[in-house]
Amino acid sequence: MAYKIVEKRQLVPDVHLMNIEAPDVAAAAKAGQFIILRIDEEGERIPLTIADYDTDKGFVTIIFQEMGKTTKQLAKMAAGDELQDFVGPLGKASEIEKIGTVVLVGGGVGIAPVYPQARAYREIGNKVISIIGARNEGLLILEDEMKAVSDELLVATDDGSKGHHGFVTDLVKELLDGDEKIDRIVAIGPPIMMRAVAGVTDPYDVETIVSLNPIMVDGTGMCGGCRVNIAGETKFACVDGPEFNAKDVDFNLLMSRLSLYRKEEMDSLENYKKGCGDDCKCQ
Amino acid sequence: MSVTQEMPEQPADERIHNFEEVALGYTEEQAILEAERCLECKKPKCVEGCPVNIDIPGFVSKMKEGNFEEAIGVIKKTNTLPAVCGRVCPQEEQCEKLCILGKKSEPISIGRLERFCADRERESGVKDPVVAEPTGKKVAIVGTGPAGLTAASDLAKAGYSVTMFEALHEAGGVLIYGIPEFRLPKAIVKEEVGYIMKLGAELKVDYVIGRIKTLDQLEDEFDAVFLGTGAGLPKFMGIEGENLNGVYSANEFLTRVNLMKAYRFPEFDTPIKCGSHVIVVGGGNVAMDAARSALRLGADEVSIVYRRSDEELPARREEIEHAKEEGIVFRLLNNPVRILEGENMSINGVECIKMELGEPDESGRRRPVPVEGSEHVIDADIVIIAIGTSPNPIIFDGSKGLEVTPWGTIVVNEAGMTSLEGVCAGGDAVTGAATVISAMGAGKLAAQTIDDHLSK
Ligand SMILES: Cc1cc2nc3c(=O)[nH]c(=O)nc-3n(C[C@H](O)[C@H](O)[C@H](O)COP(=O)(O)OP(=O)(O)OC[C@H]3O[C@@H](n4cnc5c(N)ncnc54)[C@H](O)[C@@H]3O)c2cc1C
Ligand SMILES: Cc1cc2nc3c(=O)[nH]c(=O)nc-3n(C[C@H](O)[C@H](O)[C@H](O)COP(=O)(O)OP(=O)(O)OC[C@H]3O[C@@H](n4cnc5c(N)ncnc54)[C@H](O)[C@@H]3O)c2cc1C
Ligand code: SF4
Ligand code: SF4
Ligand code: FES
Repeated sequence: MAYKIVEKRQLVPDVHLMNIEAPDVAAAAKAGQFIILRIDEEGERIPLTIADYDTDKGFVTIIFQEMGKTTKQLAKMAAGDELQDFVGPLGKASEIEKIGTVVLVGGGVGIAPVYPQARAYREIGNKVISIIGARNEGLLILEDEMKAVSDELLVATDDGSKGHHGFVTDLVKELLDGDEKIDRIVAIGPPIMMRAVAGVTDPYDVETIVSLNPIMVDGTGMCGGCRVNIAGETKFACVDGPEFNAKDVDFNLLMSRLSLYRKEEMDSLENYKKGCGDDCKCQ
Repeated sequence: MSVTQEMPEQPADERIHNFEEVALGYTEEQAILEAERCLECKKPKCVEGCPVNIDIPGFVSKMKEGNFEEAIGVIKKTNTLPAVCGRVCPQEEQCEKLCILGKKSEPISIGRLERFCADRERESGVKDPVVAEPTGKKVAIVGTGPAGLTAASDLAKAGYSVTMFEALHEAGGVLIYGIPEFRLPKAIVKEEVGYIMKLGAELKVDYVIGRIKTLDQLEDEFDAVFLGTGAGLPKFMGIEGENLNGVYSANEFLTRVNLMKAYRFPEFDTPIKCGSHVIVVGGGNVAMDAARSALRLGADEVSIVYRRSDEELPARREEIEHAKEEGIVFRLLNNPVRILEGENMSINGVECIKMELGEPDESGRRRPVPVEGSEHVIDADIVIIAIGTSPNPIIFDGSKGLEVTPWGTIVVNEAGMTSLEGVCAGGDAVTGAATVISAMGAGKLAAQTIDDHLSK
């Protein structure tokens, strides 16, 4: 089977948005779920969160950051090109209920998976406060989109080029210390950010949910490669998650397991770059 | 009395450096010599031992005449995947176990003869199949392991419009992602799948039932459904250190190697850690496959750690022998109790305890009991857990009224029908991890049941 890329655009340097034609996936997709794609016969299966979907047009939106071989190769593809495989929707959907005030925290490319959740929480009548962060203003994605689906949007940049000068965790803490009652926090971003948010919210007794991104192969519970430790128990993130209660997550284990193939990933990227022409920007 | 023809093989010291097939298959001359040993018994015991009751004397007698085309015709009447079964059936437990010649000398090598006929047919080009008139009815097959492929093939031949749904990107189930290339070349599986497509069946890969569509939806869209979703959920031991970097389930290890072709990294993008000292926990076919794959990836030493003795090893004898020839170390009567942590959550050896065999347990096998104070550490940097699997659970999301056991296996009646009318199931999803041929048998039965049900 082949899945056509119907639109592609760069959001900020190294982060791209793609709309993929996959009507059956679009029809079943819900916020919080992900897909696994494979570019070609030799490709690796990589998981990416469903950033949006359009049931009428049959499109699924993915937003990805160039990291290694596969995401760099994907970044070079254009509208009209086809992906060999695109499986989904995988994982459990987020439990989106009407509970009051929800704070959604997105860091870096993690803003992408937060967006459909913010929209869904808002649609059913919650007050949505969103906090988005990036290293600098130029790397901030989906600001307008987030603004449109949030009652309040706060921005943090590491260098202060936009919004709060500092980390998203500072803003989370300010909210928690403020007058407004917060009923739930959802934080998605690099593991290090999610761990920091978990640390900040821990003393406050506010339900905090994170979305884990361990290395996956099948995404159907068949390999156990994605196992994470949740409150002392082993869980498979692809079927039991990817969302879990932040206070239960062993982030050190997650981060350590994510680094397992660092050497092979570098080799793979080197090997790929060798095959590219001189004018290629991945050099 | 004549002895069996030995199968030519790749020498052990060569084959441990490649992923090519180990057993090379009979020559025509050998095949005929072996066939000639068969007594063509009036009441052939061997047939009773074959779960799909292949007419063994029937096909063997055609082989004696050198008429391989008719021989394969006889086999294919009851077995859709002979090239696969001839290679991976536990023959010594089935057909060959009951062969009358085995009493005094060696049984006929039925599996090897079957393989020969299937390979010969493939080389000379498989004839286009004959398909019955369309019935106008639609059947969904979920899962494309041997159970699903067999059901799909029989139903397509009977004129049903068949759609197969597969969660992975390739059809074949364990035949594609589990059993390694050196035991079952993937080209064979692909040809078998191709044959079923020629019968008119449609294949949708990348299609997880329970996610993209539910069983409830399939029941609405199709006249009948077959569930052949297998038992692929890996079990872990629950011991300390099992989530360390470098601990794999056999499923993950084998999937990376077979389905994702990690042995050809970086030509293929999926990486794998091969390690220098590899420990595989378990004693079945899965453990042997993982161990022999690790060796071929370049590990210095690979050991099987198994809590019972050689006699109880559940793997096929041929695989155990092959593994021994290749230099796999068998640490029997040994059980891991803890995986030791090294730098950066890596593995720094496995602590094991010696076991001895006590009284027989429910399975009739003697129960292994730990020998107190016998803890010792075995050097390891990669650990592969191959202690079993349970049924794949995703299919149960959105399957109202489907009865399952507390172990997660699907409940069926003697005809293979589940608690839902028009929904059949079979293979590992029903029995728990078993064999290729029993899964095929279940697929066959279910196809018959569906046909009966829909022609009412
Ligand atoms: C449920 C889930 C949702 C995700 N959603 C997004 C998303 O929406 N946008 C986005 O940019 N990224 C997302 N990721 C991360 C994304 O999968 C990785 O960035 C990608 O696999 C990197 O592949 P690569 O070959 O380009 O880089 P590599 O060089 O192979 O790896 C770069 C880093 O990515 C991680 N990684 C490598 N292989 C995998 C794998 N098979 N599965 C998971 N992580 C891997 C490793 O930690 C590694 O350090 C998600 C991950 C998961 C598990
Ligand atoms: C490594 C290994 C070695 C083995 N060696 C031997 C051997 O030598 N001899 C022997 O006889 N047996 C052997 N076996 C056992 C044998 O392979 C299995 O018993 C047999 O494959 C079971 O067939 P099945 O059709 O029931 O399921 P499987 O082969 O497991 O196929 C099930 C298929 O269903 C798909 N699926 C699951 N859930 C869904 C869903 N929700 N939606 C869509 N698709 C889904 C899976 O992806 C898979 O492709 C071995 C098993 C393993 C793992
Ligand atoms: S299918 Fe298996 S059991 Fe039956 S005859 Fe062939 S090898 Fe023997
Ligand atoms: S039992 Fe042995 S000798 Fe008799 S028909 Fe079967 S294979 Fe031939
Ligand atoms: S990715 Fe294989 S079990 Fe989760």
